[in-house]
Parts: sequence; C-alpha cells; structure tokens
Amino acid sequence: MQKAIKKWFPVLALPTVVAFLISFLIPFIMGIYLSFCKFKTVKNAKWVGFDNYLKAFANEDFINALWFTVKFTIVSVITINILAFLFAMLLTKALRGTNVFRTIFFMPNLIGGIVLGYIWLMIINGVLQYFNATITTNASYGFWGLVILMNWQLIGYMMIIYISGIQNISPDLIEAAQIDGANSVQRLFHITIPQVMPSITICLFLTLTNSFKLFDQNYALTAGAPGKSTQMLALDIYNTFYGRVGWQGVGQAKAVIFFLIVAAIALTQLFLTRRKEVEN
Amino acid sequence: MKKSRKALALTMAGCMMATAFAGCGGSGSSASDPKTDSSSKTDTSGVKSIYFLNFKPEIADKYEAIAKQYKEETGIEVKVKTAASGEYEKTLTSEIAKSDPPTIFQINGPVGYQNWADYCADLKDTELYNMLTDENKSLAVTKDEGVYCVPYAIEGYGIIYNDEIMQKYFKTDGAKAKSTDEIKNFDTLKLVVEDMTAKKDELGIDGVFGSTSLKTGDDWRWQTHLANLPLYYEFKDDTSSDNVILNGLNAKEISFKYADNYKNIFDLYTNNSCTDKKLLGSKTIDESMAEFATGKCAMIQNGNWGWSQINGVDGNVTKAENIKFLPIYTGVKDEEKQGICIGTENYFAINSEVDEATQQASIDFLVWLFSSDYGKDAVTNDLGFITPFNTFKEDEQPTDPLAKEVLSWKAKESEGIKNPEWLFTAFPSENWKNEFGASLLEYVQGQKDWSKVVDDAKTSWTTEREATAE
Repeated sequence: MQKAIKKWFPVLALPTVVAFLISFLIPFIMGIYLSFCKFKTVKNAKWVGFDNYLKAFANEDFINALWFTVKFTIVSVITINILAFLFAMLLTKALRGTNVFRTIFFMPNLIGGIVLGYIWLMIINGVLQYFNATITTNASYGFWGLVILMNWQLIGYMMIIYISGIQNISPDLIEAAQIDGANSVQRLFHITIPQVMPSITICLFLTLTNSFKLFDQNYALTAGAPGKSTQMLALDIYNTFYGRVGWQGVGQAKAVIFFLIVAAIALTQLFLTRRKEVEN
Repeated sequence: MKKSRKALALTMAGCMMATAFAGCGGSGSSASDPKTDSSSKTDTSGVKSIYFLNFKPEIADKYEAIAKQYKEETGIEVKVKTAASGEYEKTLTSEIAKSDPPTIFQINGPVGYQNWADYCADLKDTELYNMLTDENKSLAVTKDEGVYCVPYAIEGYGIIYNDEIMQKYFKTDGAKAKSTDEIKNFDTLKLVVEDMTAKKDELGIDGVFGSTSLKTGDDWRWQTHLANLPLYYEFKDDTSSDNVILNGLNAKEISFKYADNYKNIFDLYTNNSCTDKKLLGSKTIDESMAEFATGKCAMIQNGNWGWSQINGVDGNVTKAENIKFLPIYTGVKDEEKQGICIGTENYFAINSEVDEATQQASIDFLVWLFSSDYGKDAVTNDLGFITPFNTFKEDEQPTDPLAKEVLSWKAKESEGIKNPEWLFTAFPSENWKNEFGASLLEYVQGQKDWSKVVDDAKTSWTTEREATAE
C-alpha cells in the first residue's frame, strides 16, 4: 500500500498541483511582475523597474492608510479576543441554553462583509441622526464604527474556537488545582490560558490578518470618508488602481508591499505564540 | 478494485487538466494585424459574432432585443454583456484581457481614452464617424490625425424644477418673480429660492432643493457636474484656443478663479435643502431623486437621465409636463445668456486588438443601429438617446420631458444662448474629483474653510496632472 502510494504520488497530487499553479502561483508571480510594470490589462505591460514602488512610498495616502490600519488592527485584535474569550468562558459553564447562545453569537459571521457594512451604516447613522451627525462627521466615528462592526462579526467565530479549546482541558487538571487551593483567578491564568494557547494562536492569527486585510466592511461603512481619513490599506490599493490613469502599476506595487507586511506580521505572531504553547 | 481506483484517479486528473486549460485555448487567435487602411470595406462574411460591453444597466434588456433583431436580419450574433453600475472600468479591464474580448466598448472621454489608447481602433475613415453631424464631429476624441472614440448620446443637466410647485409659489403674496422665465441670473434665483424657503410650509415642501448627496460615490453631481461650471468659465477665459475641453486637457494647473461662484450656488443648495447640512454625508442620489419625485422639494440638480429615476419612484407625484430645466446660475457676469450644460461622456470605441473583419462587423452593427429604421426607432424610443448623428431627423428624437427640454435648450443656441460644454471629461483623474467631493463634505460639516477647499482643489489638480502625465 505504502509503495503504491509512493509510486502513484505524482499522478494523485497532479490535480492539486495544477490547481495550485493555475489559481495561486501563476497569478501571484504575475502580480509581482506587474508591480514592476506600467499596464492597463495584463496583456500590455511595459517594464518600468522600481518606479511604481517609489511612487507608492511617496504617496501620503498610503502612509496614512497604513497608520489607520495599524491602529484599527491593534484595537480590534485586543477587543475581539478578550470579548470572545469571555463569552467562551461563560458559555462553557453549565448554563441552560448554551447551545442556542453559541449559535446566535456565531451567526453574524455567516453574513457577507458588504451586507454587514450597509446594515451597520444604517444603524449607526440612524442613531447619530439624533445628534445631528452621520458617520462621516468625524473620523473617529468611522474608526469606532469599524471596530464595533468587526467585533460583532468575529467574536462568535473566535468564541467557537475558544470553546473547543476550553472543553479540551482535562478536568483532572482543574480538579487538581482546586484541591491544591487555587482560586478561580489563579486557575484562569495558570491552567486555562496556558492550556488554550493553541486556540489563542489561531484566534490571534485570524483576527490579526482579517483586521489588517479588511476591505468589504471598510468600503461599505465609510468608504474612507471624511476625506481619506478612514481609508484602510486594502481600500487605498483599490482606489489607487482605479483612481488615476496609468497608476495600475502603483496599485499593484502597493499590493505587493501589503502582502509582505501581512506575511511578516502573521509569521512573527505565529512564531511568538507557538513558543508559549504547552503539550497536554 | 485497485485498478478501477487508479483509472478513476487518472480520469479525474485528466478532467482537471482539461478544464484548467480550456480557459487558455484560443488566446493566440485574436492577435492579428489591424494596421491596414480600413476605408476599403473589409469582407465581414466570416464574422459570426461580435461582442458589445454595455455601460448602462438600466437599458440592458433593450439592447438584448436589438441584438436579437440584428441576428435575424444579418445572421451575426451580437453578444451583449452589461457591467453593473459603477463597475464598467473593472469589467472592461478583465473582459478585454480574455480570449473573446469585447469588440465594442465605451469610453467616457479624452482622459478615459488615455487609459485605453492601446485598444482603440482608428475610426477616422469609417461610416460611423462620418455619420456625425458637422458640429458634433468636434466632440469625437481625436489624437494626432486619428479619431478613436465616437460620441453616441448627447445629454444635458441643469436644475430640474417642478413647475407645479413653482406656479404655486408665483401666486403667493410678494413672490419675487412671476414666472421661471424671469429667473435669468443667480441674484434672482437666490431671491426666489430664499423666499420659497421662508414660505415652505405654505408650499408644502420640506426644502427648495433635494439633498445635496455627499456620500462617497454619490457625490458626482457636485464634484463633477457642478464643478464643470466654474472651470468652464475659467477655460473659456483661456485664450490659447477656442476649444474649452482642449484648454482643460492642456491645463497643468488651475487658478479656480470662479470658485466663489461655485460657493454661491453650492451654499444656496445646502442652505435651502430639505435635509440638514450635517446629515448630507449619508445621502445618496436615489434618496434625493425620490425627494423630488414625491414632491418634498421643488428643485434638484441632475440631468435628463434622471427622468427614468423620477418616473420610477413609488409614490411619484410629479407630472411629466411639469418637469423642466433651469440653467445652473452661479453669479458669473452676463450669465443671462447661459444655458444648461450639454455634452457627452458616452463614446464608442472599437477594439483594435480583434481581427479586422470583426472590427468592421462591429462598426456595421453600430451604423445599422443608428441609421436603419428599426435601429433608429429603438434608439429614440427604447434607449432614449439624443444622438449626434445626421441620420436622425427632427421628429426622431426622444419624447421624455427632460430630453425634450435638452433639445429645446439646444435649439435656443440660435437665439444667442450658450450651453456650456461638458469639460469634466478633461478633469485630470477620478482621484481629483473624489478629493474635491471629500473636501465639499468637510466644508458642509464645518470642518474645512472654503479657502482651504479651493487651495486643495488647485493643489490636487497640479498633482494629479503631473501624476498622470505620460
């Protein structure tokens, strides 16, 4: 059997390899190539070297968007994970109807980002209307609007991951701690959190990358207004691509830089949190 | 068992390959040499289908019907695909790189042409270009000796007003004017509008103007259309040529010397609006057109395309015969002679990358559409275009109220009225318009001084021109 698998490996792997090549690797390499070109469509690209990258870094909007994204990511990663963890703790207690609550909390995650953005836009504007304001009145309204939206959408998902982590903790450990006289705070910090480290790794990774790459919600909720002060990186890339004649290459260059940043952050985070994981 | 599994795996792999590569097939076939002179009529007998990428979603089904008729008459299939509203550039970008690219597509003007220059065939010697009336030939987008984009629909915009409400106002005590004919400049307009605001309860309206929609993406009536006026006067003062659009295209910077005129009308809109200034950032065009249609306001700035929107609103109370245009007066000297803004951003281009016979077949289709009896009838009554072609007689024009108004304003040119051209097709980039729109929003929200709005618009113009220079 082993031998047969080895022998047929190339054939069995072929469909996946081909699909990977066509739908991922080739577009990816083409994307990097295009970031060095002036182009309108993929067919009429002209090589321009690092010109696009110079323009991208000289572009104030890009730097502003980067800062806004960083601020947003920090705030939303912290709030989402803390709240999700709290909900997970609550819903792993022996309460009535935990399953119903779990389902309800998870549901927002099933709705698409654009739809969520428009729904929350209506809610937020509906409330702000009483104060004679809209979400575009102040950049901080847009910022907190995005944070609320992101929390609402992701908490349920992260909660499910934390719940499965918490349920996997062996009751022996908790019991032993109780017998040793550990109070609930000590149990939380010395038993539960170290034991759910793998879940924390996954949740941090997901929230970090999702917040950093946020596009749909940003596009639907504020579209960058007022001015470009609530424009995140992905939206800036999109606007660069379509905003000026001949700037498609610059948009592409920004996208490549964006990829490098996301990859660097995600890998660092994975490395750091993996070290903290303990074996059961 | 084992054997059959192997066979299955192989077939599956084979299928994957086949489907994966099917998309790549035939990509080489479209590359041909389109350089030869197209004046000698190319043989199109081998062409089975052409592909038209439509810009206007609201009339997509009308085009389908036209395509069907054309197939019956000539046997050539016209594939009509429609891009979603606001998605045309994106759809075109992806469609044109495919193995079966659009053969007819839409360009929005000289700046749009720069974007697509590699794909636009020279139409100078084609029947389509020669069908343009002499005065409209100047609208076509040209470069050096070639003609690359041909306009196909003329549109106009101004202040649309509901005459029923206006008549009601003119009958009130102390009305500042007796009829809309007396409104010939900004001062009168201002007097009338402000008096109407004072009497809004009596008139049964929430405000004189519909909401100045400043939501991002819904702000083009101000950052594009209204911005046309001050810049039109600025480029008209430019003596380097008589062609304002050309002057606009050549302008490396602007002085925005008519900015105060822009402020005049913009303030009038927002101060007499049916929506509080602070809430304009969330308003969309659809909402403000609905306000007009349901009689909550008396005036709204928009173009003749707005008729279908007004007419289509549930609870529409406006009557076709009461809907008219007033020019957008801004307080410029001698504006009594100014008309509504008439121009086009609807141009056809033919894809130069497809083989010559297909190019010719595409041109033939357009010629048929704008010159055959069936085609002309469809254009006038179904598509509702006011066309710039000489094949249309005077009685072959659309009959909706706003299109009729555009035609009547155009006719007034013989009486010395000057309808400003659409020169926003010469604005440096989308980004300029978007930044100006964002500035306007901050201005109405009280976060930006007017002088800063003006300065930013000037700086942005210079930056954008430099950034997009070849």
